[in-house]
Amino acid sequence: MNFTLHIWRQKNAQSKGDFQTYQVDDIDSDTSFLEMLDQLNEQLIGKGEDCIVFDYDCREGICGACSLVINGHPHGEKKATTTCQLYMREYTNQNELWIEPFRADSFPVIKDVLTNRDAFDRIIQAGGYVSTNTGSAPDANSQLIRKPDADAAFDAATCIGCGACVAVCPNASASLFVSAKIAHLDHLPQGRVQSDTRATNMVRQMELEGFGSCSNHRHCESVCPQDISISNITTMNRLL
Amino acid sequence: MSKLNSNAPTGDIDKRWEKHLFELSLIAPQNRAKYNIIVIGTGLAGASLCATLGESGYNVQSFCFNDSPRRAHSIAAQGGINASKNYQNDGDSIQRLFYDTMKGGDFRARESNVYRLAQLSGNIIDQAVSQGVPFAREYSGYLANRSFGGAQVSRTFYARGQTGQQLLLGAYSAMSKEVASGKVKHQSRSEMLEIILVDGKARGIVVRDLVSGEITAHTADCVVMCTGGYSNAFYLSTNAKGCNTSATWRAHKKGAFYANPSFTQIHPTCIPPTGENQSKLTLMSESLRNDGRIWAPKKIEDCAKDPREIAEEDRDYFLERMYPAFANLVPRDVASRAVKSICDEGRGIGTEIHGEKLGVYLDFSSIIKRIGEDKVREKYGNLFDMYERISGENPYQLPMKIYPAPHYTMGGLWVDYNLMTTIDGLFAAGEANYSEHGANRLGASALMQGLADGYFIAPRTVANYLAKNKLEPVGLDHPDVVKAMDDVKDRINKLMNAPEPKNSPDYYHKKVGRILWAACGMSREKESLEAAIEEIKALQIDFWQHVKVTGIDKDMNQTLERAGRVADFIELGHLMCRDALEREESCGCHARMEYLESDGEAKRDDVNFAYVAAWEYSEDGAILNKEQLDFEFVKPSVRDYT
Repeated sequence: MNFTLHIWRQKNAQSKGDFQTYQVDDIDSDTSFLEMLDQLNEQLIGKGEDCIVFDYDCREGICGACSLVINGHPHGEKKATTTCQLYMREYTNQNELWIEPFRADSFPVIKDVLTNRDAFDRIIQAGGYVSTNTGSAPDANSQLIRKPDADAAFDAATCIGCGACVAVCPNASASLFVSAKIAHLDHLPQGRVQSDTRATNMVRQMELEGFGSCSNHRHCESVCPQDISISNITTMNRLL
Repeated sequence: MSKLNSNAPTGDIDKRWEKHLFELSLIAPQNRAKYNIIVIGTGLAGASLCATLGESGYNVQSFCFNDSPRRAHSIAAQGGINASKNYQNDGDSIQRLFYDTMKGGDFRARESNVYRLAQLSGNIIDQAVSQGVPFAREYSGYLANRSFGGAQVSRTFYARGQTGQQLLLGAYSAMSKEVASGKVKHQSRSEMLEIILVDGKARGIVVRDLVSGEITAHTADCVVMCTGGYSNAFYLSTNAKGCNTSATWRAHKKGAFYANPSFTQIHPTCIPPTGENQSKLTLMSESLRNDGRIWAPKKIEDCAKDPREIAEEDRDYFLERMYPAFANLVPRDVASRAVKSICDEGRGIGTEIHGEKLGVYLDFSSIIKRIGEDKVREKYGNLFDMYERISGENPYQLPMKIYPAPHYTMGGLWVDYNLMTTIDGLFAAGEANYSEHGANRLGASALMQGLADGYFIAPRTVANYLAKNKLEPVGLDHPDVVKAMDDVKDRINKLMNAPEPKNSPDYYHKKVGRILWAACGMSREKESLEAAIEEIKALQIDFWQHVKVTGIDKDMNQTLERAGRVADFIELGHLMCRDALEREESCGCHARMEYLESDGEAKRDDVNFAYVAAWEYSEDGAILNKEQLDFEFVKPSVRDYT
């Protein structure tokens, strides 16, 4: 397979970026999207040029490091899939690809298509935890939890913190990310004790970081690689 | 003769940790704020340690190379975490978990450490539940368990196929709480490139800011490395792309002994590679072996057929045939070698690469027939989805294709009972250390060890070290700090300016990986190891002459990051082969072809090799030190899984 790639190149946070066009040929259909970019970077090294910088780590869809907006879609068009889990066989009908960073003021570009998502860490630090200290826990089975509650907590807790929800939202709201953590802990007795203050503090931090509010566009749910439900946002709003 | 003192307590094994805890010195709460501790790496071990030290009142500076602590590779662990809670009333106990871990490791681990791990396992589950880790539960509301590779009891706690993610996010949230409290100062996108020793003690590190390229020094009273394993030495492995040995290798070159570097685990159930440009391999959780049946065609001519068209009587369920008692649940090394031997016979399936088909089937049709697709989806849904995304095939309809891949490294920095390396004040926790897993790790034991080290062991032993050592502050202008900074800058200069730049870092990474996979992978023998050692030496010279790094160093430069890591993998690869060569026995993962039973089982040599090989760095070649292993409480037996 052959592709024409228009990739966002930006020297650093201060400079203005633009699209550069590259050609990659003879790509096997079982090649992953990021492996295709690896091959482009190998070409660039061959030519003595600076490589395209992009975030990745586990390459199995769970660490949340990879990002990219591909032809206008965060993590590409395929549902419930991170960029690292996209394979070029998905692109048999598209040989021209536009590759951009996640765009939001609160995720400033560091270089090329790689952004700074530290704001998510600071939101978790504002309250995304149970205030328990090591060593003080009672026996794990001393508190029973209904299976549906445990399952609901798990569903919310699978958020990988990638930020696609922000990248797709017209308001650049982080509501899906924030509400997933709030709902995860609210479904469990261990977490519910602090639910009210947690919700208030995390949402306040979200606003301080410059993320917008939710106005029910629901795009976040449709791009979320973990299928996190917007019903979590309802839970969050109820607690505020 | 040995320079190694394990500092393990003596006496009854079940009282040793308690006795040791009492003997460890304490620091009073009001004095803890006077101490500074550096933690490198924020996976399960690092994040849990940062949280616990912060809660106790110490000042912690933590560093990770990712953009957030939550990205650490612990997050990818799928299957579960062991604990000897015996909630299932199936005869589990601390003693049994201890014994299983010793036996699974083929009797190459230290008894005291392994027993302590089994003792602490229950507390880890309590701690995680209190943090809101959503483990699987029964309709009764009680925690659910499953049996996991190599165990005959159900002692594994799990959160669907994402147990590592949930435990790491638990530890990350606990750490975040301490970042908020100000006790932990964390820096992401920072890579440790050198350790600073002052008067022979670890007192700080040199770090490269991966965004600006700036080199800075950070000093403290002691340093803890929680930097994970080195499976990426093989290039293709199930590890995240960023996982590397650089932190542990820097420490090794400054005096920390590297223990059993050739003990690397090859996981039997990974998705086979499909082409030359593949960048990594993906694990399919071992839990799938509980319900999936592994088979290969009996006849070579069937190998290219659609598996659904191969009649039942033409399928060889080879693990069930070879090991009737444990069947598909035999330990990882046993399963991996069996799969390899089937493919070596020419009965492999899947894509042909370099004239070989490397794959066998993992089939779920019988369980789907028995409990239905919905129940199977509930248990393994996310794993099946992942398989389908990667392979393009639906595992509800077609059996999965699997092949072994490097996954975990039992070897690592040698540590004593206090998790301290041979450098005073330098500790290693989690996969970074050699410790409880001996020559082979059992499934669902990595998460247990990382968290035992981080939550419960290192916080106590680090405090003891600080209480016992009176340390003067080290300024950033100290000559040893300046020297370490200069060394790092020199090395970066060399990487940026090879005499005849020609090949990318990945070119060398793939080369060293292929050498190691062939000579120091699932099967090893004298001649090929000796040849590999020479090849790696030549590759090292080639690397420094020809490595090509584009861009500049004072900038975000992932090519430079890779080059530095590959340089260290090459040196480590050399040591892995030397270690494998020196150990003239087979044990656990280490299968020396000269020392196998006729049925392919490992032939251990307890008379000559019941030791931990701890390698000391020297310019003229590594020096072998031995920690003799004494077995007072378990009797080394031949592992027999038939």
